[in-house]
Amino acid sequence: MIELRDLHKSFGTVRAVDGVSFTARDGEITGLLGPNGAGKTTTLRMLYTLMKPDSGQVLVDGIDAAVDPIAVRKRLGVLPDARGLYKRLSSRENIEYFGRLQGMDEATIASRSAALIKALEMEEIAERRTDGFSQGQRVKTAIARALIHDPKNCILDEPTNGLDVMATRAMREFLRRLKDEGRCVLFSSHIMQEVGALCDRIVVIAHGRVVADASPDALREQAGAANLEDAFVKVIGSAEGLAA
Amino acid sequence: MKSVLTVFLKEVRENLRDRRTVMNTLLTGPLMAPLIFVLLINGIVARELDKADKPLPVPVIGAERAPNLVDALKQSGIVIKPSISDPERAVRDQDADLVLRIPESYADSWNSGEPAQVELIYDESQRDAQGSVARLRGILESYAQRTSTMRVIARGLSPTILRPLVVADRDQSTAQARGGMMFSMLPYFFILGAFIGGMALAIDTTAGERERQSLEPLFANPVARSKILLGKLGATGAFALTTLVLSIIAFSLAGLFLPTEKLGMSLSIGPHFAVLTVLVMLPLVFLIASLQTLAAAFAKTFREAQTYLSLLMFVPAVPTMLMSIFPFKTETWMYAVPLVGQQVTITRLMRGEAVSGSEIALCFACTALAAVLVYFITARIYRGERLAIST
Repeated sequence: MIELRDLHKSFGTVRAVDGVSFTARDGEITGLLGPNGAGKTTTLRMLYTLMKPDSGQVLVDGIDAAVDPIAVRKRLGVLPDARGLYKRLSSRENIEYFGRLQGMDEATIASRSAALIKALEMEEIAERRTDGFSQGQRVKTAIARALIHDPKNCILDEPTNGLDVMATRAMREFLRRLKDEGRCVLFSSHIMQEVGALCDRIVVIAHGRVVADASPDALREQAGAANLEDAFVKVIGSAEGLAA
Repeated sequence: MKSVLTVFLKEVRENLRDRRTVMNTLLTGPLMAPLIFVLLINGIVARELDKADKPLPVPVIGAERAPNLVDALKQSGIVIKPSISDPERAVRDQDADLVLRIPESYADSWNSGEPAQVELIYDESQRDAQGSVARLRGILESYAQRTSTMRVIARGLSPTILRPLVVADRDQSTAQARGGMMFSMLPYFFILGAFIGGMALAIDTTAGERERQSLEPLFANPVARSKILLGKLGATGAFALTTLVLSIIAFSLAGLFLPTEKLGMSLSIGPHFAVLTVLVMLPLVFLIASLQTLAAAFAKTFREAQTYLSLLMFVPAVPTMLMSIFPFKTETWMYAVPLVGQQVTITRLMRGEAVSGSEIALCFACTALAAVLVYFITARIYRGERLAIST
């Protein structure tokens, strides 16, 4: 479970995040929707302790990120916006490296990476050096290494960014599976259809603030709109920076 | 501690797969400098030796006017070349290094006991000809000396009357010290080796990771950044140390091929030298690795980091140059200054002079302290929010 309480973050005079609060529950997919530049990535970066909030609190399974950031990172599987791989290492070696950094023993790393490689259908690329991987292959490797330690909470920043249709479908399927395993899944997106199709709960962010936090049905009702797209546009105030 | 080792092993493994880095560490870094050095020294030595022994051809104008002088020249290894028409021009055009002209008045002056003049035509600005000029001048002067001695004896006087003062050279430098002077660049080559060896990793592990956008996911792991940094520094230091050790070995072997004894020098590059050099260089290697990583952490891109690090490489040249320009007396405080301490220690070791245990300890401790200090500064930079953000 992830709880964000009144997070603020400024860069110079720009208020990137200006009072964001929401909760992402276990066994649910929570979608963070917002136009480009709304503050989604900054919010997530504070959540996985890459950045310190100017004020506010981050709680992961009840642990305060400001008090024990290492314990928080142990409980998170993070696919950041930046997903660079080590080109001179194979896909499997990339995954194993993160397993060791998570403090796992070699036997567990071996069985866990085998399971992830199977689940993400990346058997064919596992032993290949990641230099020259396609975008889809890179994202699969990045997800596998992010989830190597079997984290209860999964955070994915725009996971379908740059993927083709087939890879996007597979990614959505994978996110549903994570949810079925009882994990807390939080992902960000600027694609309305994706969020509508996947999420149990939608948190809409605009200009660094939460403008809506509800289930897709409740959101439609709340905005008094027939479909989700109209509802989003209504709560955000404009369709700029969003994709259908 | 385990996570430090994980980072260390991964960086070593990844960089061992990079052919260019491996070439730099194992080949270019350690071998380039000694190779250039050996070629250079051999060239200089060969040239000097050549000049001293080889017959020296000299065009002589008016050789028939001074048969005795010409005979004396021939005996001293001068090959008499036929007269040329415009000697000044020949020298200016570098067709001849030097020309000897015996004027018409030579025989008359000689016979009447007046100073007989010969002309030496050369170009002072031609460095190459200087040795030949000095040699011919020396032969001429010793001929004059011999003649004057004979003339004085013929008049019933003691030849010592012509030599009121005698200068005796008593050179106090040992053969090893003379070698050391010539090799004052050596410590710089070792330090340079450490720079080259660590450069690729310092850039790759910091600026490179950031440019490739892999630093942010790395920092999402439950490992303190200072530990990640320590692993990376360890890998950088390990590569630099490999370069250094190879370069010391290369120099020891190269020393065998240097004709140092011909120059009246001896070098003590042996196991004793190698072990103590590695010892005093060890903390410096990590100081350099930390400095390189620190500089790379400020760079946004690989290329920018390369520029910073290339500039950083000139820093160790400063004490080397100052020390070879200004003669200095080794003082204790010098051992306490990183770079200078290594320079002094290695130079003394090479000359076969004693360096006390406390001096080596001082050098080691002060450099190690500086390395730790720079590590903490770098760790501070590493903790910064901006470091991980690629865009």
